[in-house]
Amino acid sequence: MNPQTEIELAEAIAAAKGPLRIIGGGTRGIGNPVVGEAISTSELTGISLYEPGALTIVAQAGTSMAEIEAALDTENQRLAFEPMDHRTLLGTSGMPTIGGVVAANASGSRRIAVGACRDHLLGVRFVDGMGTAIKNGGRVMKNVTGYDLVKLLAGSYGTLGVLSEVSLKVLPKPETSATLKLHGLTDAQSVDALSMALGSPFEVTGAARSDDTLIRIEGFAASVAYRLAQLKDLLGSFGEMTAVTDPAASQVIWTDITNVTAFASTSGDIWRISIKPSDAPATIAALPSGTQTILDWGGGLIWAQTPAGIDLRATLPAVGHATLIRAAAKTRASLPAFQPENPILTALAQGIRAKFDPRGILNPGLMG
Amino acid sequence: MDMPLPDQSILSRKAEIVARLQSVLPKNAVIHAESEVRAYECDALSAYRCPPLCAVLPASTEEVAAALRVCHEMGVPVVPRGSGTSLAGGALPTADCVILGVARLNGVLETNYDDRYIRVQSGRTNLSVTGAVEAEDFFYAPDPSSQLACAIAGNIAMNSGGAHCLKYGVTTNNLLGVKMVLMDGTITDIGGAHLDAAGLDLLGLICGSEGQLGVVTEATLRILRKPEGARPVLMAFNDNEVAGACVADIIKAGVLPVAIEFMDRLCIETSEKYAQAGYPDCEALLIVEVEGSPAEIDEQLAVILAIARKHDPVELREAKSAEEAARIWLGRKSAFGAIGQISDYMCLDGTIPVSSLPMVLRRIGELSEEYGLRVGNVFHAGDGNMHPLICYDANKPGDLELCEAMGAEILKLCVDAGGCLTGEHGVGIEKRDLMTHQFAPQDLEIQMAIKDVFDPSWLLNPAKVFPLTSSASRRIAAE
Repeated sequence: MNPQTEIELAEAIAAAKGPLRIIGGGTRGIGNPVVGEAISTSELTGISLYEPGALTIVAQAGTSMAEIEAALDTENQRLAFEPMDHRTLLGTSGMPTIGGVVAANASGSRRIAVGACRDHLLGVRFVDGMGTAIKNGGRVMKNVTGYDLVKLLAGSYGTLGVLSEVSLKVLPKPETSATLKLHGLTDAQSVDALSMALGSPFEVTGAARSDDTLIRIEGFAASVAYRLAQLKDLLGSFGEMTAVTDPAASQVIWTDITNVTAFASTSGDIWRISIKPSDAPATIAALPSGTQTILDWGGGLIWAQTPAGIDLRATLPAVGHATLIRAAAKTRASLPAFQPENPILTALAQGIRAKFDPRGILNPGLMG
Repeated sequence: MDMPLPDQSILSRKAEIVARLQSVLPKNAVIHAESEVRAYECDALSAYRCPPLCAVLPASTEEVAAALRVCHEMGVPVVPRGSGTSLAGGALPTADCVILGVARLNGVLETNYDDRYIRVQSGRTNLSVTGAVEAEDFFYAPDPSSQLACAIAGNIAMNSGGAHCLKYGVTTNNLLGVKMVLMDGTITDIGGAHLDAAGLDLLGLICGSEGQLGVVTEATLRILRKPEGARPVLMAFNDNEVAGACVADIIKAGVLPVAIEFMDRLCIETSEKYAQAGYPDCEALLIVEVEGSPAEIDEQLAVILAIARKHDPVELREAKSAEEAARIWLGRKSAFGAIGQISDYMCLDGTIPVSSLPMVLRRIGELSEEYGLRVGNVFHAGDGNMHPLICYDANKPGDLELCEAMGAEILKLCVDAGGCLTGEHGVGIEKRDLMTHQFAPQDLEIQMAIKDVFDPSWLLNPAKVFPLTSSASRRIAAE
């Protein structure tokens, strides 16, 4: 099904006789496998409003990220949460949509400084499991009118409703950016260095570890030069470091971190582990042998490429969770993609799903 | 402002209810004498008052759970209360309710600078969260005007903002986790020191739910390193619209100030008489603050001042010292108090797209003439969060009602301009009956359905947020 308007979308859902598999650009494929009739938002397209002076864009859910980015480019603005493009890591094709970004709360390296997609999402329109069109939030930056379903819908992977329109806060692009690379650090040293940088007043907008430990700063040229010098000074005890001051080269580094390019076309399972940054070294040490890792968010996000078919959740710290992002069908059939929560939260989530989707037809089982 | 009639069967059981609460709480934690419960009869929306049945002041999460279990079993409504600074009536009691105050829950449980968070009990005041970490040069970013008094519990309930949220966001953007007690006494953690949820973002749902879904007893909050410095610049214009255009141009230019504050003539003149900040004689005044090292501040201010000069300012005043910076902020920070000196006032909180600022200000001026009530405008211009202050005389019969009617018109205007009823104060009772102007029935229905999940018997702060007619069937069914 390819509804062309929100009304058609609502009619299609109201008339549905069984489970629906909801598709934006079809590039992410995260979650437990869903069996159902495909319903796509690909025909719900177009930017309905873009006000650069109000830092706001409103678009239909199926609008491609390419179209969104092109529009923002003309005003030298961007989505500051740096949405992850999953195509490289998952080997998918097609065109990511803004609705898919929101449904997955897809956020990249800059999340550590500016927040996630959910923090930039100002409003949503969606159709619930009964075919009712609902709006929440709006297009202004401060809005506490009623419950915040905007946050609830972000990262709900189409299980509460099918997004038809989203409004987002945008921000100006900085004049330039630079990346400081620290070489040859252990995981523990790396997290220490990232914590020190993030705990400094120098406005770090990326804090990651691939082969090198990586720290990004952005802003006006003189300010970036100043903060780069200050950070080199601050982190002097961590040894050898180099700076990438060409903004294009710096951008490539962070696109690769955000999109987890290093694990593209590899074998094994891909896990995304969300923890307290200082727990990262011990968490990594407890992962199965043969695991490769990339750290982002100062150590609070671990991308782990593990040998196939191993459930690593038992080894995680008490606070945090792991999401299985990529695995063979057999593993996905046996391990839940999303980590089960405590029984109280599970019951609340089930209660909420039952209100939004009483028939249980929207991506049933995708989140568990 | 209507409130539901108190449930007589609850009023008649007061002694029994108090006794049950006393059996699970320390003796001094249950306040029930008529003269003493009066202390809880209102919050900062003091035009509306009603003493509660009784008040409880638990000192631990377990005591909160015990009190809620009793109320749940006995079918008694509970109104949670932080510090009682709500401008929307969020903590306004009904005669048949138990006020659950979290003021005794004010400790710091954990500070972690490596992971940049603090865990506090929810009755702790906003400013004392920063107070707990500022020796290490850290701070908690959301800074509502009431930050000296307001509690984190209330900040979470209302998703409070502040002057600096243009850069740092509001409460929800700085909240990592909570410990919460449901109405039936169930205790659960939601979120924590890690950045995102394993499943649905229930934390995002809790924040801003106005104490209707649960009682938050602990919060894990993001703390940030203080910037090297900050400096404001004052810009005076002879036209509101020009000031509005200047705001839009600054935002578009790629500078991100931490604050852009706006004051109109009534506020400028009144605060000048009161605080003598030395503000120029003008129609509209902007205070723009930027942060960074001295050189970074110079660079950003140069960009901002160049933009301002294109808008024909009456005066541009850059703070050359900490003292001058304080004077620039003095008048703005005194504005509410200054207006309060000359008149009773109602403070509105509608938010509009920044582009609509000139139109909305003009229309507010017209409404002011129509109603014969003066309006001062002071607000966070960068994010379109307006705070029109409508002056009225509480001693003059009918003036409060006139003020309410005009307030309703202004808020509807904000919604019609593409904005919303409330940007940071919350709906409470104040904007409850205007919700149908912003939301269609199905938009409200799904929100009330969420309350059904967390609080099926509709006992937690039941007469707030939703129009009484919309929530009536649920509240009555629960009785």
